[in-house]
Amino acid sequence: MIYTAADVPVPVAIAVAFFLLVGAALALIGAIGFLRLPTFYERLHAPTLGTSWGIGGVMLGSMIFFSVSASRPVVHEILIGLFVTVTTPITLVLLSRAALHRDRAEANGNVPEKRAVTEPEVDVEKSEG
Amino acid sequence: MFPYPILTTFLVLMWLLLNGFTLGHLLLGIIVAVIASWAMASLRPEKPKLKKWYLLPKLLFIVLYDIVRSNIAVALLILRGRKQGHTTGFINLPLELEDSMALAILSIIITSTPGSAWLEYDSHDKSVLLHVLDVIDENQWIETVKERYEKLLLEIFA
Repeated sequence: MIYTAADVPVPVAIAVAFFLLVGAALALIGAIGFLRLPTFYERLHAPTLGTSWGIGGVMLGSMIFFSVSASRPVVHEILIGLFVTVTTPITLVLLSRAALHRDRAEANGNVPEKRAVTEPEVDVEKSEG
Repeated sequence: MFPYPILTTFLVLMWLLLNGFTLGHLLLGIIVAVIASWAMASLRPEKPKLKKWYLLPKLLFIVLYDIVRSNIAVALLILRGRKQGHTTGFINLPLELEDSMALAILSIIITSTPGSAWLEYDSHDKSVLLHVLDVIDENQWIETVKERYEKLLLEIFA
């Protein structure tokens, strides 16, 4: 079924527009940050704007609009938000551990060394290698 | 028959949310959820030990509030550029948490709060390497994470 925006009362339309704009603006700022921040680890932070309140705002706008215009609660957007939130750390950990591994191997920048493991044998091997 | 009742219930709920509530979808959803929970059981995951589950909403609200706050902070930082005296850096955060479920939740919290990223967990010395976009005071930062999130998580997954 297709709902038109004209059927929605004005206060609801304002709320929907507000949340949509907040979400879209945060996603845009995240993208700008992704482009402008200088190092890899700083750039990791920018897209999380899009995956937290970026998606949250669009999700809320969509929920309000479709709940009002269909006059029944429409909440399945929550699932999108939930799955995006739960799966972001997986990608992030994969990317950042790959970057840490590369930077440690090539001794780039000031990446903290992997702290020595408690067994002394491993300790010696690590400091020599 | 039903190895994971909570998981099964949530899968049925999700099925109904996605497909709309009809008797046919309820039955189909139950069948899918039961089969999925058998698949889950054959993976033999650790059973999470939820002790004070009623603290979960409290944690959720704290996290939602912090996400809003740090969204604003990071957005301003990207738009305005960095202020003097603020640096980005790595922080090694020692943890008391050991439960894998609680660690997963903490990693989701840290990641979805813009400005902090969970890089590497080390189960040997029970610490995690974080990268923080805007460190003002490293010790205060560690203190905040421990006070706000870890304490609650330790209580929930006792």
